[in-house]
Amino acid sequence: MAAWPRSSVAKKFLNAIAGIGLFLFVVVHLLENLLLLTGNPDDYNRWAHFLESFGVGLRIVEIGLAAFFIAHIWSSLLVYWDKVKARPQGYRVYRTAGGTSRQTLSSRTMIYTGLVLLAFVIWHVITFRFGPYYPIMVDGVEMRDLHRLVVEVFNEPINVVLYVGVMVFLGLHLRHGFWSALQSLGAYHPRWTPLWYSGGVLIAGALAVGFVVIPLWVYLYL
Amino acid sequence: MAKKMTLHLRIWRQPNPHTPGKFVTYTIRDVSSDMSLLDLLDVLNEELIKKGEQPVEFDNDCREGICGMCGFLVNGVAHGPKRGRTACQQYLRDFKDGETITLEPFRAKAFPVIKDLVVDRSALDRIMAAGGYISVNTGSAPDANSIPIPKDIAEQAFDAAACIGCGACVAACPNASASLFVGAKIAHLALLPQGQPERIRRVLRMVEQMDKEGFGDCSNHGECEAVCPKNISIKHIAIMRREYLRALFCS
Repeated sequence: MAAWPRSSVAKKFLNAIAGIGLFLFVVVHLLENLLLLTGNPDDYNRWAHFLESFGVGLRIVEIGLAAFFIAHIWSSLLVYWDKVKARPQGYRVYRTAGGTSRQTLSSRTMIYTGLVLLAFVIWHVITFRFGPYYPIMVDGVEMRDLHRLVVEVFNEPINVVLYVGVMVFLGLHLRHGFWSALQSLGAYHPRWTPLWYSGGVLIAGALAVGFVVIPLWVYLYL
Repeated sequence: MAKKMTLHLRIWRQPNPHTPGKFVTYTIRDVSSDMSLLDLLDVLNEELIKKGEQPVEFDNDCREGICGMCGFLVNGVAHGPKRGRTACQQYLRDFKDGETITLEPFRAKAFPVIKDLVVDRSALDRIMAAGGYISVNTGSAPDANSIPIPKDIAEQAFDAAACIGCGACVAACPNASASLFVGAKIAHLALLPQGQPERIRRVLRMVEQMDKEGFGDCSNHGECEAVCPKNISIKHIAIMRREYLRALFCS
């Protein structure tokens, strides 16, 4: 019993719960960043300032988010390591049987797309969260001009290309991750599972497209 | 209409667990398209024995798709091209004349190769011994209807009980996970009244034994379901996870 956190089933519980948390964050993050497209730079800065006004509260949320990242990465690496150990000699010829198999490019590359996303997140946090502080006065209050920083970053073509490329990986990761997290928690239903398996494609695609539009918009119009 | 075919078999030959194996290609001419894949191996083995060579070892028993003894990868798919069938129920008419068919043993750390296409699947037996049983009194057989079971529950339990323990799910899984096998066994007994007394410790012990045997973790590729000769759904893996959660909170 004491060994349960290391069991194959519990590892996937942890991975799925953390994954769902990160998924929800990504959805909120996209909605927040759509504020960049309103045409008024103050909207974006006001929202960022509003979040900052929570002070310690926001720090706690950030630490929680980091914990979700660590739990997700740690459990993923354990699953990957077990997979490597479980078949020391691979097949000379192997292919999917098709049919009801959910084995796809997306499902087979989770560890790689995940590691790319990890590298991206580190770069992303350094660039924006810990990036330069430009002060600006909005409504008579001094706040951080994050809008200016975003415009600066995405007026560099190399950043736009990298960012758009990584969002393709995000789409691939969520295409399997979305339904897989539910399945890992035991949520199988003969009617709903096919729905959220297919729905995962749409959701992953929509999120990826949403995140691709923002840097392109900034590069072309701002 | 049966026709005559010529087939090339590229087979994994490994004399024992400790000697590295290799692929050897054999050509067999003028065989009937109505023969099964195992019949083809029988024909090949007759020829090999006449030539004084070692025949190709492969597991088989009932040859009617119900015992779970046979199984290897046929052109990269566990049991072969036709779904819902074991290797013994694959027929040469489903291959092309002149085709090279690659036969490779199930590969997993928990399924060591014994010889050629034969692997040791006793890991699955040890998982069963860890919890895949119920307690019943010995003596005269109980009356068939002494424990009423609703029709739909009986059907669901039977869907899980259809598992013949062939190990194709492990072989096809990119992670070499035994989750479909273990899930089917857990679901089968958890659904029935006879399985209730050991319900909590069954899932904990069977999962623990599965991990001990060195199987990988399930990443929900669903490949197991696609190769399962009994079409067992990954629903049963979800049931295993629910049973595991239940056990964590109920014990």
